Amino acid sequence: MSLENSTLVKLNNAGFKQNDKWLVEGVSLTVEKGKIVTLIGPNGSGKSTTAKIALGIYKNIEGTVEKYTNKVGYVPQKISIDWTLPLRVYDFMLLTEDIKDEAIDEALTLTGVMHLKNKNLGNLSGGEFQRVLIARAISKKPELLVLDEPVQGVDYTGEIALYELIKKISDTLNCGILLISHDLHTVMTATDHVVCLNGHVCCSGTPMDVAKNNEYKTLFGEQASQILSVYEHKHDHVHSEEGIKKN
Amino acid sequence: MLDDFFVRALIAGLGIALVTGPLGCFVVWRRLSYFGDTLSHSALLGVTMAYSFELNIALSVFIISSVIALILIQLQKKTNLPGDALLGLLAHSSLAVGLVVIGFLTFIRFDIMGLLFGDILAVTTNDIFIIWTGGAVILTVLKLIWKPLFASTVNYELAEAEGLNPDRAKAIFTILMAAVIAISIKMVGLLLITGMLIIPAAMARNISDSPQKMVLFSVIGGLLSVLLGLFSSLEFNTSSGPSIIMAALVLFILSLLNIKQSIKLKN
Repeated sequence: MSLENSTLVKLNNAGFKQNDKWLVEGVSLTVEKGKIVTLIGPNGSGKSTTAKIALGIYKNIEGTVEKYTNKVGYVPQKISIDWTLPLRVYDFMLLTEDIKDEAIDEALTLTGVMHLKNKNLGNLSGGEFQRVLIARAISKKPELLVLDEPVQGVDYTGEIALYELIKKISDTLNCGILLISHDLHTVMTATDHVVCLNGHVCCSGTPMDVAKNNEYKTLFGEQASQILSVYEHKHDHVHSEEGIKKN
Repeated sequence: MLDDFFVRALIAGLGIALVTGPLGCFVVWRRLSYFGDTLSHSALLGVTMAYSFELNIALSVFIISSVIALILIQLQKKTNLPGDALLGLLAHSSLAVGLVVIGFLTFIRFDIMGLLFGDILAVTTNDIFIIWTGGAVILTVLKLIWKPLFASTVNYELAEAEGLNPDRAKAIFTILMAAVIAISIKMVGLLLITGMLIIPAAMARNISDSPQKMVLFSVIGGLLSVLLGLFSSLEFNTSSGPSIIMAALVLFILSLLNIKQSIKLKN
C-alpha cells in the first residue's frame, strides 16, 4: 500500500505512444477515495487514453501507474457489442462480477432503467444503453469509478440527474471517480480536481484555478472561463476576487 | 454392450456433442470459425505424426494443433498480414505437409476418407475413454474461465479494466479448441469438426435470448444431431461425419422457420 491510504490510482509522468505518435504524455495525477477528478480537453487531447492508462488497459506505457484497488467500475466512451451474442440487460449486469439481484435492481432503479432489465441489449436506445452502462459500473460498488463521457446521448434532464447521482455515489460509497466530460458547467459543480489536457497536462487544480488559467482560456475561450465564475458566484456567494484569495 | 460398434459410436458422439455445444457458442461469438478450420486442417499432420511415432492420435493431434495456434500468435505479432491470410497460410500449408508426409508413409495403409469425414467403425473403447475424460476436463476448464472469457468476448476493455485478465482466458481457450478437435477427429473427421462446433451454436442463436439458453440449446442441438446422424449413417451406410453435420443442418433450417414465424407474429 501507499503511504497515503486514500490513494486509489496514481499516474507518474505517464504517457502512451501508438504507431510512433504520442497520444498523451507526461500526465501525473492522483485519484483518492471520495474525490472526483475530472479530465477536460478538446477532441484528441488524450482524455480517454489517460483513463485507459489509469485502468491498466494499455500495457507499454511511459512512466508508471500505481493502482491500489481491484474493485473498478468502468464506463467506456465507445463500446461496440457484437450482436452475435444474445445478451439481456440482466446478463450484462453480471458481466464482470456475480452481484446479487438486489444490487442489480438498486443500480438499475438509480439510473432509471429498471423497466429494461429483461430487454435485449441490442434493442436499447443510445441514452438507455448509457444508463445501463452506468448502472453496471456502480452496481459493483467499486472503489474506483472511471467514467468516460458517461452521459453522452442522455436527455438533458437525465443528464443533470445522472451527474447528481455520480456525485452522490462518490459521497456514499466513498469511491474515487475519474470523470471525463465535455460539459464544463457540470464539471465545475461536482469536481474536486480538474486536469486540463491537450496532449499533455496544460493545467490542473481546483475548478477555479483552472478557470483562471490562461492556457485554459486559449483552449476553451473566454466564455468557458465565465461559466465557471458564474457558477462559483451562484453557489458560494463570494465574489471571484475573494474566490481567488480563498484558494 | 460396448462390444457393439454402434453403441460405442453413440456414446462417443454424444460425449463430443456435450463439449462442442458450449465451445461452439464461443466460436460463433468470437468469430473463430476459420480459426477452427485451421486447427482441424493441421490435425492431419497430427495424425501422420501419430502413425509415424506410434503415438495416441488424440494426443498427437492436440500437440500439433496447439503448436499451430502458438505459431499463429507469433506470426500475428511479427507480420502485418491480416488474420485471415495467416489462418489460410497455416491451414493449407499444414494440410499440404500432412498429405505429403502421408505419401512417404507407404508402409501404413491409410483410410483417408475415414480421416477426413469420420468413421464410426473406428471408435474403440479407448477412444470413448479419451472423449469422456478429455471432455470432462475441457468443460471444467471452460467453466473456470467462463467469466473472463465471456466478459472479454462482450468487450475486451471492460474485462481488462475490471481486472479479469482476458489475455490469459483467451490463451486457455485456444488450448481448449485444440483439445476438442483432438478428441473429435476420429468421429467427425477433420474436414467437418468446425461444422460440429458452429452449426448447433448457430441454430441455438436463432432461438435464444440469453447466453445461457444459447449454450443449452447448442448442446441439445448437438446431441440430437449425433443421434439423428448416427442412426441415418447406420441406415444408409453413409460416413458418420457428414451424416451428423447434415442432421445439424436440418435442425438449423428448422430454427430458421421459427424465426420467420416470430417475425410474422411481431408484424
